[in-house]
Amino acid sequence: MIDAEIQIKEMQANKGNDIIHQWLKQHQLTPFEFQEQAWKAILNGQSGLINAPTGCGKTYSVFLGALLQFIQSNPINWEKKNNNGLQLLWITPLRALAKDIGRAMEEVIEQLGVQWKVAIRNGDTSTADRAKQKKQMPEVLIITPESLHLLLTQKNYPNYFSSLKILAVDEWHELMGSKRGVQTELAISRIAHCTNELQVWGISATIGNLAEAKNVLLAPLKKEGIIIKAKIDKPIEVHTIIPDEIDQYPWAGHLGIKLAHTLIPIIAASKTTLIFINTRGMSETWYQTLLTVAPELAGAIALHHGSIEQELRLWVEDALHTEKLKAVVCTASLDLGVDFRPVDTVIQVGSPKGIARFLQRAGRSGHRPGEISKIYFLPTHSLELVEAAALKSALQEGNVESKTPLLLCFDVLLQYLCTLATGEGFIAKKIYEEVKSTHCFADMQEQEWQELLQHITAGGNALQAYDDYKKVEIIDGIYKINNRRIAMRHRMHIGTIVSDAMLKVKFLSGGYIGVIEEYFISKLSPGDVFTLAGRNVELVMIKEMTVLVKKSSAKKSLIPAWLGGRMSLTANLGAVLRRTFSEALKPNAGVELKSLAQLFLLQKQLSHIPQHNEILIEQIEDKDGYHLLVYPFEGRQVHEALSAILAYRIAQIQPMSFSISMNDYGFELLSDSPIPVDDSNVRELFSANHLLQHIQQSINNTEMAKRKFRDIAVIGGLIFQGMPGEKTKARHLQSSAALLFKVFEEFDPNNILLRQAYNEVLEQQMDEVRLRLALKRIEESTIVLRFPKKLTPLSFPIVVDGLNRNNLSSEKLEDRIKKMQQQLT
Amino acid sequence: MSIPLLHIILGQHFWLSPQRSIYWEEEKTLIVSDTHFGKTGHFRKSGIAVPQKVYKEDLQRFFSLAFELKPERILVVGDLFHSTNNEEHNLFLKWKNDFESLQITLIKGNHDILGNNWYENAGIQLIEQFYKIGQFSFQHDPAEKHNQLNEHSFVFSGHLHPGIHMKGIGKQSLRFPCFYFTKNQCILPAFSKFSGLAIVKPQKHDQVYAIANDTIIKLA
Repeated sequence: MIDAEIQIKEMQANKGNDIIHQWLKQHQLTPFEFQEQAWKAILNGQSGLINAPTGCGKTYSVFLGALLQFIQSNPINWEKKNNNGLQLLWITPLRALAKDIGRAMEEVIEQLGVQWKVAIRNGDTSTADRAKQKKQMPEVLIITPESLHLLLTQKNYPNYFSSLKILAVDEWHELMGSKRGVQTELAISRIAHCTNELQVWGISATIGNLAEAKNVLLAPLKKEGIIIKAKIDKPIEVHTIIPDEIDQYPWAGHLGIKLAHTLIPIIAASKTTLIFINTRGMSETWYQTLLTVAPELAGAIALHHGSIEQELRLWVEDALHTEKLKAVVCTASLDLGVDFRPVDTVIQVGSPKGIARFLQRAGRSGHRPGEISKIYFLPTHSLELVEAAALKSALQEGNVESKTPLLLCFDVLLQYLCTLATGEGFIAKKIYEEVKSTHCFADMQEQEWQELLQHITAGGNALQAYDDYKKVEIIDGIYKINNRRIAMRHRMHIGTIVSDAMLKVKFLSGGYIGVIEEYFISKLSPGDVFTLAGRNVELVMIKEMTVLVKKSSAKKSLIPAWLGGRMSLTANLGAVLRRTFSEALKPNAGVELKSLAQLFLLQKQLSHIPQHNEILIEQIEDKDGYHLLVYPFEGRQVHEALSAILAYRIAQIQPMSFSISMNDYGFELLSDSPIPVDDSNVRELFSANHLLQHIQQSINNTEMAKRKFRDIAVIGGLIFQGMPGEKTKARHLQSSAALLFKVFEEFDPNNILLRQAYNEVLEQQMDEVRLRLALKRIEESTIVLRFPKKLTPLSFPIVVDGLNRNNLSSEKLEDRIKKMQQQLT
Repeated sequence: MSIPLLHIILGQHFWLSPQRSIYWEEEKTLIVSDTHFGKTGHFRKSGIAVPQKVYKEDLQRFFSLAFELKPERILVVGDLFHSTNNEEHNLFLKWKNDFESLQITLIKGNHDILGNNWYENAGIQLIEQFYKIGQFSFQHDPAEKHNQLNEHSFVFSGHLHPGIHMKGIGKQSLRFPCFYFTKNQCILPAFSKFSGLAIVKPQKHDQVYAIANDTIIKLA
């Protein structure tokens, strides 16, 4: 009798395990080791991070764990128990992923016979569905970080989370290091206090700093947590597409369109091919070109990027699943998420800029156990072939980058405080403790916190009696937004954390095409033709946040340059690249370098090929002025900082103005007069002495902070994006980030958001440690000064299409104007 | 610092100042445009924390011009106020009332949406479309080339917030607010420092005066 009782208890104790394993068996699935580990840890009440590539059941590792836990705690009535309240909150970075994940979860729930409901909540969720969720929360809610914050603007939101057991963050490696990651950290710090013993699980692809990723995620729980790694090795095969006539292949450029024909046989030989293009604009061009080169592909290829209408995007994703498409031209929009099983080939056009990204994209092909991931690399200009060689060797060494978590993002915190004030209201002391518990704000000073509170309640320093600043009010110690219009605006505003102001694009005759950045549209006039979603359209007019267009048959069109496409080469890849360069023209060079022999010969003839222990500096004079080119191969971000410091130092020798340009290999200082750099001073110009001071000075003298301020002003609520229904008065609230930056600089230089812009430059771009390392490496290198008669193969891409032109000047404004006037006459 | 430059039109003397204003010597008239008073207040009322100091500086500049030059009237060619009423307008009124002799004539701009009696109570003369003194006419929107303009008349307008973009060798480039003169028209820079720029492209016989910090510089 007693034995039997124990037996029953034991059976019940293992009920969850039994049911799940039974289900797996029924479906002829064998759990991976990491999944079993995750389930056990979840049952033990632990939190942690799961490291697994996409396509091997990482969703199941947490989701089945949650089910298992539920059955275990309700061994008798798990099949009948319904309306359990929220059990699992699933945060995902991409809206597009939610649907597929939800579908997969629902399938399991139905087969198991559990009374769970799955719901999705994001910008596309209808008001009716929202109301339904308000009445009765589903057991599983799939949500983006923005929508989660939106949920926090509701009254009684703590009730939603009171039954919550597990909070899962999918693709944490994507979120961490972005401001949406900070949003996630803040949401966790709040939700952890709305329920008992919350478990947090992150899911991440391989990055260099997994332990840190885990610590950042779990910081608000004040728990150590564990890392569970999937031991799944998938072989990767890398092929480089080498132009037939390398001497005719462009030295600079972004498109590689000349090689489009080489893709056709690859597409034909594969089941389904994903073609990754770095920016949305280029993806439009590629889509058009492929159709021109191979008209027979019409209907069998599609375009997928973040600015395309949702419905079309979903159709493409469905068609991928069902093998209806031969190829899809896509951007990072298909980097993440559920796998498209038919995909067996991936083509990367242009530099992927980092090893981790290249790995992830390669991994999108060949999912089934035993299959190989196949990736083709298509260079968009000659020098990218060197990058292909560097990528290959980096993959062999398993050299993967880290993601750096952001610190002290006051813009996000300001938004969050207004979010809480919109919903329940908050008590400052309590929220201070919670915010301090996050990794992002652990080092926040009490004084900074007071400034933030002052900002949301009083709007900074004001003209006392002549001010009616209104946002957050303090009533009985509770910070709250009472004004309905301000609350509504704030809700509308939360989603804007990801992007620049976007405008909808519609046909005059009706019919939605997609969205486009205001920045791009603002440069067009009516009658201009541009390409969106694979169509050529003519701008008719802009009306209340909508761009009206009509069809165009024009052959030439403008391709939107999306700002999002600009990525910098990572330090890891930079180091490998330097080494690879040294090997050029050596007998043992790989196929990519060999094919570039002619280009390297020309470089050698005109100037010099930098070896790994050398720094090449070229000075060239032409009709544009005097160019000084430096090649540290440290990636664009570091170059932006180095170039600013070098320009600042040279400008101290004599009054000068520079226009600065850079790419991943090096940077250019361009001036209208000879640049005084020679053997006698070059060492000193690159010295690490007074570095911190010079960093500070050069930041103040360039526009880096101004660019950072764009995002900060939007997130921090200074830029009002307008909303339908509001007319004149809303128009009167519009201003640009550039204007606000100017006004703050002149009239409120200590403003916390302005300070953040400078700090972001300091931390993200002008990272002192990284700069010191770079300068130290330069100090230890041999500096090779050359004076080529014309632009060299290395300098050409920087001079022709380097990014991010910065300016730095030590001349008097009046003198510069006079000089420009003289040059005109 | 801040020395005005003389520009002669139809025999009359106009002094262009880096304070973003024009003083008409013969008529003892100060001309400004697009002051957008109360703009920061309008933003702040909606929970957007822009520093009020920029407004205070605009006001100070406005009234110190009035104090130094003692014009018989100030002509504002539109957009005196930015939007609906807010507390900041009271600061303007306070200063204006301390300055009894001050005559302000406003040629209505698209931003001037306060009710007519508001201006009346404030003692501001409100003109609906355009105002004429001799051969000179004042209006908010710049005149279209072919209409309105003839050899013997000259128009002062605003609205545009004109700016000039200068380029030099070595990809040098700079932008400034400016006074933009075509043959029969002058478009004034926005008086308010909380305002953006619309870059103009001067034609052959146009003249541009750029405002760089505290100096005014004739460009072409």
